[in-house]
Amino acid sequence: MLNEPTLKELQGVACRLRVETLKMLNLAKSGHTGGSLSVLDLLSVLFFHKMRHDPSNPAWEERDRFVLSKGHAAPALYACLAEAGYFPREDLRTLRRLGSHLQGHPDMNKTPGVEVCTGSLGQGLSQANGLAMAARLAGRKSRVYTVLGDGELQEGQVWEAAMAAAHYGLDNLCALVDHNGLQIDGEVAKVMNVAPVGPKFLAFGWHVLEVDGHDLQAIAQALDNAEETSGQPTMIIARTVKGKGVPFFEHKASYHGVPPSDDELGRALEHLGHS
Amino acid sequence: MIATRDAYGQTLVELGRENPKVVVLDADLSGSTKTAPFAKEFPGRFFNAGIAEANMVGMAAGLAAGGMVPFASTFAVFAAGRAFEQIRQSLAYPRMNVKVVATHGGITVGEDGGSHQSVEDLAIMRALPNMTVLCPADGPETAAAVRAAAAYDGPVYIRLGRSKVPVVFPQGIDYAIGRGQILRPGSDLTFVTTGLMTAQALEAAVILEAEGVAARVLHLGSIKPLDADLVLHAARETGALVTAEEHSVLGGLGGAVCELVSEGYPVPVERVGLRDVFGQSGTAEELLVHYGLTPGHLVEAAERVLRRKKGR
Repeated sequence: MLNEPTLKELQGVACRLRVETLKMLNLAKSGHTGGSLSVLDLLSVLFFHKMRHDPSNPAWEERDRFVLSKGHAAPALYACLAEAGYFPREDLRTLRRLGSHLQGHPDMNKTPGVEVCTGSLGQGLSQANGLAMAARLAGRKSRVYTVLGDGELQEGQVWEAAMAAAHYGLDNLCALVDHNGLQIDGEVAKVMNVAPVGPKFLAFGWHVLEVDGHDLQAIAQALDNAEETSGQPTMIIARTVKGKGVPFFEHKASYHGVPPSDDELGRALEHLGHS
Repeated sequence: MIATRDAYGQTLVELGRENPKVVVLDADLSGSTKTAPFAKEFPGRFFNAGIAEANMVGMAAGLAAGGMVPFASTFAVFAAGRAFEQIRQSLAYPRMNVKVVATHGGITVGEDGGSHQSVEDLAIMRALPNMTVLCPADGPETAAAVRAAAAYDGPVYIRLGRSKVPVVFPQGIDYAIGRGQILRPGSDLTFVTTGLMTAQALEAAVILEAEGVAARVLHLGSIKPLDADLVLHAARETGALVTAEEHSVLGGLGGAVCELVSEGYPVPVERVGLRDVFGQSGTAEELLVHYGLTPGHLVEAAERVLRRKKGR
């Protein structure tokens, strides 16, 4: 539960993260805009409210772990890591450049705060399972969070991992689906329907919650609920809007892998009150 | 005679006792891959992924990221084949500290047939940056390789076999990843071998000795990194090489040796292995004969390469 000042602060953080994300994508001249904007409110609550982590000590053993399974939303993750202080904000301008520690998709060996390498869809949940198993074996209280895309649920490995997480009762694991309904080729429901997502995870033995993925309070409550759940992993299905926060990007599959032009950036920043 | 997979199973249990961070994953083949004894002694550190190799590899990556030392086992066809992209993205690319120990490599899988006989795994794994690829000759070398892999920080692929094979090395051999071993001196040609073909080459060398030919036997239990020095010395000193592997002649040991000597010291090379074909059902012994992987075939290859050497 977020009190009013925290909520206000998080709203401010989320807005700043959107601005940073758009700026870095514009400079990089390539990258995934729509899915970075849709996932940002989830990341805001995770990184700046829920997760226990220490940017001054990224290797802190007891930290909570985060896996961005939908690795193409790397700009959103990098914006969070810079905001949290894992590296200087100026680094964001080097996104996707030769020699940059900010690769097109998250790289644990290059970027402080990135736990595993992701980007090839379908693999993050398995890695999150392993991290949750390791935390349990080591007697750590750390929790593991991962965010998947809804299109990503088309990958068979996700369901192998879903089976295993429930089988091993990984209640220190919380997965979230950024359910924006769009993928590169169009609507998820038309490309390869993944619905109904909730009942599928229920049938696989998960504790399932559905929230508005842009309602910070609802996200925070769902994450608290997940932490209180024992004996099974939790899946938070977050209904989101691709391109959220920039009206002319919203609900558009065409902005999946396209950065904002200079003109679009200007208009977007104006809308976000940061021109 | 002991199967390399049996030596693996025994060594895993020892490692489990020595290091609480060693964890083992399997994909419903623990009886065959020999991870079952570990599972029995350390049930809390054994994770059966069920018949789901992709997730097994991904979970192993997560366990390694969480500080454990995971060994993940299944048959070579499923490890290097089914889970290839997981090995690439979740293990090799991040240089994750996971050991993939693939049993049932090659045709000596036998009766299960070509669908289950991996003839391409060494080539596939060798092509991955950051990957170490080991193919021990026998039980003692397997024990040493598994221990060395556990001590090494990074991804390792170890290829083991189903059938019992002759013992070539003493127990507790002096072992280092990336180092080859000259098992027999010789100056006329060199057998460059890996896995169970090393024992076959030692027999072939005895046959050749009776014909007055001195064949060196150079065993490479490490396909990657390859012991380039020993191979190039052999090329320089004996002037002819015969590679031998229970694998396709494309991209594995034969491929690696040809790549090396063609740039470093070109000499005639004959490659013994599967000639770009899949295997089939049969006993291990029958299949070795059928696909030309016996000491007799190695002698013939040696004679061919010696003719080419003389003709230069």
